[in-house]
Amino acid sequence: MKILVPIKRVIDYNVKVRVKADGSGVDLANVKMSMNPFDEISVEEAVRLREAGIATETVAVSCGTTASQETLRTAMAIGIDRSILVETDVELQPLAVAKLLKAVVEKEQPTLVILGKQAIDDDSNQVGQILAALLGWPQATFASKVHIEGGNVTVMREVDGGLETVELKLPAIVTTDLRLNEPRYATLPNIMKAKKKPLETLKPEALGVDPAPRLKTLKVVEPPKRAGGVKVADVQELVAKLKNEAKVL
Amino acid sequence: MTILVIAEHDNASLKAATCNIVTAAGQIGGEVHILVAGHNCAEAAKAAAKIPGIAKVRVADAPQYGDQLAENLAALIAAHAGEYSHIAAPASAFGKNFMPRLSALLDAAQISDIIAVESADTFVRPIYAGNALATVQSPDPVKLLTVRAAAFDAAPADGGSAAIEPVAPEADQGVSKLIGRELTVSARPELGAAKIIVSGGRGLGNGENFHSLLEPLADKLGAALGASRAAVDAGYVPNDYQVGQTGKVVAPQLYIAIGISGAIQHLAGMKDSKVIVAINKDSEAPIFGVADYGLVGDLFELVPQLTAAVA
Repeated sequence: MKILVPIKRVIDYNVKVRVKADGSGVDLANVKMSMNPFDEISVEEAVRLREAGIATETVAVSCGTTASQETLRTAMAIGIDRSILVETDVELQPLAVAKLLKAVVEKEQPTLVILGKQAIDDDSNQVGQILAALLGWPQATFASKVHIEGGNVTVMREVDGGLETVELKLPAIVTTDLRLNEPRYATLPNIMKAKKKPLETLKPEALGVDPAPRLKTLKVVEPPKRAGGVKVADVQELVAKLKNEAKVL
Repeated sequence: MTILVIAEHDNASLKAATCNIVTAAGQIGGEVHILVAGHNCAEAAKAAAKIPGIAKVRVADAPQYGDQLAENLAALIAAHAGEYSHIAAPASAFGKNFMPRLSALLDAAQISDIIAVESADTFVRPIYAGNALATVQSPDPVKLLTVRAAAFDAAPADGGSAAIEPVAPEADQGVSKLIGRELTVSARPELGAAKIIVSGGRGLGNGENFHSLLEPLADKLGAALGASRAAVDAGYVPNDYQVGQTGKVVAPQLYIAIGISGAIQHLAGMKDSKVIVAINKDSEAPIFGVADYGLVGDLFELVPQLTAAVA
């Protein structure tokens, strides 16, 4: 079984983002970039399925600029077998990414696609589901447990108020939530080995996809700041303020 | 313009968020319809018809909609999408699951998690966990929206009497099935709908303290219980307690953060609360930067005092 793992290069989750003064977006210059944390979980899950002998090959794919090669190398250092970069400088939105991935799926014919439930930059939470519907495949989003047996994948999903388990016919799409696994760190020998693993580059035109953005971003601003309030001396003062000043008790 | 709101429900009753989405739809302008897709869901449909200002409630009642599987829901909605200018659903696990499939089926871009309506085609949504707000415009003939319920007031749940009209079901896609659900049973209000939330963090030390200190306070206040991701990861409480970027985004009247330092990812989930109270022993904790009322001290002494002081 082949597993395809789409990944995204995003601003590192520890970086405090700065909105550009002209309102055109977020400042990406000289900012540390990393693999989207939810995608690290999908890479780890694919590698574990490979180690368990359930998957025979794992392929990572990323859509974006040349710099995404670095992210694909990281995935291969964790244990992914080979990578594909769909290279473009165009601003990519979820629908376009899903169309590019659909073309890659048709080329690679994986049985399972595992990807993060959302990227922590645009927070859209769309690509996995769009890809599933474009392919006519079933989906299990927000996975916290994945089990493959026979022609099915059984997935425990994190939903509001608890957990839900669904069974899908393969081929299928799974999107990962935080508790699915704890991603390993790439070791130095594996980082060196990853440099020699195959990395193929494709262009959107070669895949027959127009990746032009659909939605127009008119402006990006900082959210209104919440002013800190006052410190109270004790519980009595707190309760009095909540009753008389804030009127919420 | 006609807007279709997809109801979140459990066949017997509507989830509270549906009323918030109706408010957002009202701000777009035009006629508002509600779709209730479920199985034996007549009660949920009746509840939807009582929301004032709804022109029509459409009901697809068939076994394949009973478990709200995304594959079947999206196919149903897509078959009727041509009648609508906007399709809106809550940005909950339910809405996030099926709406992007519609994006694929209709070849229309989805705008996720909107927090404000600027005009019929322009919406505001948080990006980077709420550290920036983007205003985006959609050129598509049908606008697909998921709506952050906490950002809109709830429409009244009573007073209307919309017509209820059946919708023919689409064929079962037959590619997925629900095996089971383990929902947390609680007498307390849901996090998303609670007026008061008592939330605990790593400062509680363990799960036992979490329950023995916070539950009496929550019970006295009629509050929901929440937690920081740190507390969830440490195993004090299950994941569905989690408030934050990767958990639930809430905006209650009163949010009481106890033993929570205030990591960016937690603040992203609660900073729109009307009044925030923080109790923490570290006077430099970031949570005090957003709290209206801060109380510095030992939570093991202060929380029981607070529980005793609220009538």
